[in-house]
Amino acid sequence: MIAEFGLAALWFAAALAFLQLLAGALALTGRGEGLGAVIRPVAVVQGVLALVAFGALLTLFAETDLSVKLVAENSHSAKPMLYKIAGAWGNHEGSMLLWVTVMGLAGGFVALVEKRLPEPTMQATLAGQAFVSLGFYAFLLFASNPFDRLSPVPAEGNGLNPLLQDPGLAFHPPTLYLGYVGLSIAFSFAIGALVTREVGPAFARAMRPWVLGAWIFLTLGITAGSYWAYYELGWGGWWFWDPVENASLMPWLAATALLHSAGVLAARNALRAWTVMLGVVAFSMSMVGTFLVRSGILTSVHAFAVDPKRGTFILALLAIYIGGALTLFAIRAATVTEGERFAVTSRESALVFNNVMLTGSLGIILMGTLYPLVTEAFGEKVSVGPPYFNPVTAIFVVPMLIVLAIGPLLRWRRDNVKRIAPMLAIPAVLAVLALGAAIVLAPGRVLPIIGLALAPAIAAASVLPLRGRKLRQVKLPLWGMVLAHLGVAMALFGMASDSAFTTEKLVAVRVGDVTPVGPWSIRVAAVEPIAGPNWTALEAEMQASYEGSAPVVLRPQARTFWAPPQNTAESALHTRWNGQLYTVLGDQAADGRWQLRLWWKPFVPMIWLGGVLIALGGLLALLGRVASDVRRLVVRDRIAFRRERQGR
Amino acid sequence: MRRLGLIIALIVGALALGPLAFAPARADDAMPPAPYAYRQLDDPKLEEKAQRLMETIRCLTCQSQSIADSDASLAGDMRSQIRQRIAAGEEPEAIRAWLVERYGDYITYTPRVTSLTWPLFAAPLLILLVAGLLLRKRFVRRRLMDGEGL
Repeated sequence: MIAEFGLAALWFAAALAFLQLLAGALALTGRGEGLGAVIRPVAVVQGVLALVAFGALLTLFAETDLSVKLVAENSHSAKPMLYKIAGAWGNHEGSMLLWVTVMGLAGGFVALVEKRLPEPTMQATLAGQAFVSLGFYAFLLFASNPFDRLSPVPAEGNGLNPLLQDPGLAFHPPTLYLGYVGLSIAFSFAIGALVTREVGPAFARAMRPWVLGAWIFLTLGITAGSYWAYYELGWGGWWFWDPVENASLMPWLAATALLHSAGVLAARNALRAWTVMLGVVAFSMSMVGTFLVRSGILTSVHAFAVDPKRGTFILALLAIYIGGALTLFAIRAATVTEGERFAVTSRESALVFNNVMLTGSLGIILMGTLYPLVTEAFGEKVSVGPPYFNPVTAIFVVPMLIVLAIGPLLRWRRDNVKRIAPMLAIPAVLAVLALGAAIVLAPGRVLPIIGLALAPAIAAASVLPLRGRKLRQVKLPLWGMVLAHLGVAMALFGMASDSAFTTEKLVAVRVGDVTPVGPWSIRVAAVEPIAGPNWTALEAEMQASYEGSAPVVLRPQARTFWAPPQNTAESALHTRWNGQLYTVLGDQAADGRWQLRLWWKPFVPMIWLGGVLIALGGLLALLGRVASDVRRLVVRDRIAFRRERQGR
Repeated sequence: MRRLGLIIALIVGALALGPLAFAPARADDAMPPAPYAYRQLDDPKLEEKAQRLMETIRCLTCQSQSIADSDASLAGDMRSQIRQRIAAGEEPEAIRAWLVERYGDYITYTPRVTSLTWPLFAAPLLILLVAGLLLRKRFVRRRLMDGEGL
C-alpha cells in the first residue's frame, strides 16, 4: 500500500510541476492573466507531494518491505536502523527521488518567501524550476521507479555495501544533493532573469543566498567525502581524482566562481552576463556530475551500455537543459546591458581573474574526467589520474591563490598598487621564509613546496582586511570572507604537509612487538575477535606512545561483513595538534605475524578543518546577508504600513 | 572471488616474470601475498622511488585507486614486483614502460602524448591562451572597462 501511495504522490507532484510550467508560460506570454497567481501555491504543494513520496520510500526502507524491489536489492533486515534509512538514498532510484524532493521543497520555499523580484521574473523563475523538476520526475517515473514491486518476494534482502555503512557516508550524499539543488535554484533565477531581461543587483541578491547555501553544503559534502575516503579505505589517501570525486568538485568550482561574481553584481552592478553564464554552468555541472555518476558511464562505456534506456534518458535530459539554457543565454546575452565599469587595479578585476582561473581549472578537470571515455570510444583505454590533474590544475590554482591573498585588500572600482604594497610586506616575507624552509625540509617535491610556501602567506593576508577596523563592528559577511580564505590556507597547508612529510610503515609483527613510525612507537598488545550487528572482526589493541610519553590505545579492526559478504579494514586514528597517527590491521601471515600499516601524517587534519572553516565562512556570510535582507523587508513593510495609515 | 583473482594474478605473474617473481615465494597452500606487497624496501631512498611509481600505477581490479592505495591481491603483486625491480636497480620509467607493454596504457595514470591523447595536453595551454587573451583585452586598455563578454 505504502509503495503505491508513494508512487501516486510522485505522479501528482509531476502533474503539478507540469501545471506550474504551463501556468508560468501562459502568464508570461500574456495569454493567462489569472494563471500567474496559481504558480506560487502550486510550487508549494508540488514540494510537499514530493516530500510525501520520499517519506513513503523512507517508511518502506525502515520497515524493510522486501516486496519492493529497491528495498530487496539494497537493504537487509539485520542492518542497523541508521543504515536502513540511509539505504533509501544509497542507490540510484532513491537518490534521484531525494533530489526531486529537495528540489521541490526548495522551489516551494522560494515561492513562499521571495518577494523582492518583479512578479514576472518570479513566474519565469518558478516555471524554470518546474521545467527542471519535470525532467527528473519523468526520469523517475519512466526509467527508475523506486516503488517497483518484486514478485516473488525474497526471504531476505541483498544488504548495503559495507563501505557505505558508515555514519559519515550516510549523510554525505544528501549533503551534496542539497548543494546541487541549491544550484538548481540559482539556475532557475538565472533563467527567470534572462527571460524577463531583469539581470541586475536585485537578481543577484535574490540568487546569492541560494548560491551561498549550495556552496556551503557542497563544501561540507566534499570535505566529508574526502575524510570518509581517508579513514574508510584504509590507505590514508584523501583525494584520488576519481570521476565521482571530480563530479562533486566541478559544481563546487563553478559555485565558488558564481558566488564571487554574484557578489560583484550585487554590490557593483557589474559582471552581469558572466554571472548569468556561471549560474547556468554551475547547475549544468551538478547535472553532468550526478547523471554521469548515476549512469555508470564514468567507470566504463560498457557499464553505460548495460542499461541503455537510462543512459539515453540521461543524455537527452542533459542536452535539453544545458543546450536549452545555453541557447537562451546566446539569444539574450546581447540584450543584457553593459554593467558598471571598473579599472585594471580594482577588486572587480581580481575577482574576474579568479573567476577565469576557477573556470579554467573546471574546464581542465571536466576534460580530464571525460577524456578516457573519448579514447575508449576510439578503442583505446587510457587513465588520467593524479600525475595529470595535480600539476595541470596547479597551473590555474597557484596564480589564483596569489590573487586570493591580494584581491580582498583592493578597493572597488579603482585602486592603486602603491597603496596596498606595504600591507603585503608581511605575507611576502612569510612566503619567502616558508619557501626556504620547505626547500630544505622537502627537497625536490615541487607542488608540496609551493603549497607550503603559499599557505602561511595566504593565512596572513586573509586576516589583513580586518586591520584598522573595530572587530565588534565588522559585518558578518566580512568575517565570513576572512574565515573562508583562512580555511583555504589551512587546507592547502594540510595537503602540502601530507604529501611532503608523511611517514609510512608496513610491517609484520607478533603480539608484543614494538614498531617505530615517525615520532611514535607502537606496541601491539593483543589481537582479539569481536562481533558487531552484521559483522565479525579481529581487533588489535595498539599502545602508541608519542616520543616516549604515556601511550594512547588504538583499536583498528579487520571486519568481515556477511550481508553482502565483504572484508573491510576499519582504521583507527589518533589526532594530535600536529598531525594524525593512522593504523590499520591487515591479514595474519602463515607464520602467525600480523600485517600492520602505520602512518604518521603531520598536520593532515588541517585539510578537513580548513574545509569546515570554509563552510563556516560561507555560513557567516549567509547569515549576514539573510539578516540584512530580513531587516530591509521589515523596514519596507513598516513604511508601507505607515503610508497606509496616513492615507486614511 | 578474491582468492581466484590472486591465483590468476599469480599465474600471470609467474608466466610473465618466471624466476624473478617466484624466487622468494614458497609453493604453499595458503597463497601468501607476494613478498614485497606489504613490506617496504630497507633503503628509504629506494622505497620512496618505488612509492612514487606505485602512486601512478592504476590498480586494474579496483575503482580509481592506485596500486599504492589498494588491498586487491593484484595490486599487492604489482607492488611487490615494483619494489623488487627498484631494488634490483631498474629505473622507474623503465618499469612503467614494461607495465604499459604488458597491460596497455590503461595501467598508468600518467597519460602519454599520443595521436589520441594530445588534446589532453593542448587543452590547458589553449584555456590559458583564451583566458590570457580575454584578460589582456580588458586589462591592457588602461581605461575604465566593463566585465561583459568574459
